[in-house]
Amino acid sequence: MPAKTRYSIFSLVRNAFSYHENWEEAWRSPEPRPEYDVIIVGGGGHGLATAYYLAKEHGITNVAVLEKGWIGGGNTGRNTTVVRSNYLWDESAHLYEHALKLWEGLSQELNFNVMFSQRGLLNLAHSPHEMRGLARRVYALNLNGIDSELLNLEQVRAMCPILNFSPKARYPIYGASLQRRGGVARHDAVAWGYARGADARGVDIIQNCEVTGFQISNGKVHGVETTRGTIRANKVGVVAAGHSSVLADLAGFRLPIQSHPLQAAVSEPVKPILDTVVMSGAVHVYVSQSDKGELVLGAGIDSYNSYSQRGSPKVVEDMFGALVELFPIFSRLKVLRTWGGIVDVCPDASPIIGRTPVEGLYFNCGWGTGGFKATPSSGWVFAHTIANDRPHPLNEAFGLERFSSGHLIDEHGAAAVAH
Amino acid sequence: MLLIPCPFCGPRDESEFGCGGEAHIARPTDTDRLSDADWAAYLFMRKNPKGVHLERWVHRLGCRRWFNLARSTVSHEILAVYKMGDPPPASVAGQEARRT
Repeated sequence: MPAKTRYSIFSLVRNAFSYHENWEEAWRSPEPRPEYDVIIVGGGGHGLATAYYLAKEHGITNVAVLEKGWIGGGNTGRNTTVVRSNYLWDESAHLYEHALKLWEGLSQELNFNVMFSQRGLLNLAHSPHEMRGLARRVYALNLNGIDSELLNLEQVRAMCPILNFSPKARYPIYGASLQRRGGVARHDAVAWGYARGADARGVDIIQNCEVTGFQISNGKVHGVETTRGTIRANKVGVVAAGHSSVLADLAGFRLPIQSHPLQAAVSEPVKPILDTVVMSGAVHVYVSQSDKGELVLGAGIDSYNSYSQRGSPKVVEDMFGALVELFPIFSRLKVLRTWGGIVDVCPDASPIIGRTPVEGLYFNCGWGTGGFKATPSSGWVFAHTIANDRPHPLNEAFGLERFSSGHLIDEHGAAAVAH
Repeated sequence: MLLIPCPFCGPRDESEFGCGGEAHIARPTDTDRLSDADWAAYLFMRKNPKGVHLERWVHRLGCRRWFNLARSTVSHEILAVYKMGDPPPASVAGQEARRT
């Protein structure tokens, strides 16, 4: 595998002399080989990160990533790019904090600018009771060694003066919790960076290749059927987000997952006005401003099951209502576009990462509405799980068996907007 | 936006309704002998078909009554509406994309 050109100011200048027409491709588009050591189903951020860490941390480079569309074209390119680790329970706090630590070095690690911007993240409280809930979460985070602090009204005002601080507001602001290390990242760049890094280590990234079935005999997986033929592998990792249930069905077992549309929107671009991420569980919106100047906002899921990547206007309308309630200054902004993605929602709002009833078949799913922020650690622990056929201590608690043992990790509250 | 034909009130806007998820889940009767896996299947495992889904809805801001609906999760088309306790109409019963 020829080493990739290192992206730097020097390679940029060098390529400027040839009018940027001679950049090498960031990853190859090989024909699928008949057999691999490991197949990853799903070429989103999580799947590509899994392949990257399989190659880098575990030396397993005979790997294919099969993607039915194009890489990063699903939820990786549809989320609202928020990164944070302020989760209540120990299991999730450690998993998401591991991700945040990986995020902090990711651009250097991948030699690809993922534009990770730790601009801080505010969770607003609109009542004394909500303030107490936030305090509990902040103390729990501090006990886990994760940065988080409580802000009173004046501190919130100093940090984000354009919020609606009127005492006559329908949802008056009492205070907030703040994670200074939280922020946003460029979602496409995460997929591209991991794809380039995995490809450089020998991973085959195969797009337009949909998995249509599994080859399973005696309870063991031997390969997958795809729209581009049969591909053999004794280990298969599935990271298919909204389509996880469909693939589990093909493999012959059930998941506690429901697929719902989750919608998001961007406004027309404006000059810098919002330099942090603001979330409110009570009025149900989260918003940040992209480097292009658009406000990026999202809310909760549509209530019904769907695979259509679109939801109802009612949910979008509620989201804009919440935004304008919090930020009256945004009321005359125009909406540039809205869209939906299909998220895999688990009963306890926590992911499922681990082995399945089929030997050699591993699932990483159930990230629901908040998977983007976990991309690095999701791939990291899933690679470990596949390579060693057992979970890493970070994802031990996230197995499918928790639904029969009763050890649920209920993160509905800590998910910061009520799902 | 869905236009949902409430069997009691006629077609109404989706915003008047609440979605109650998968229909026809029967609570096990032999609960004293149920295994943990069977409890998990009853409590948490759900059909999540890419195709026809049988689900419960409630006309929350209308007659406040529950009913069943057969709907495509791909096109969102509503294929049948029927009352609680009734079996799915023959026209959709065979169309369920997946086994349990």
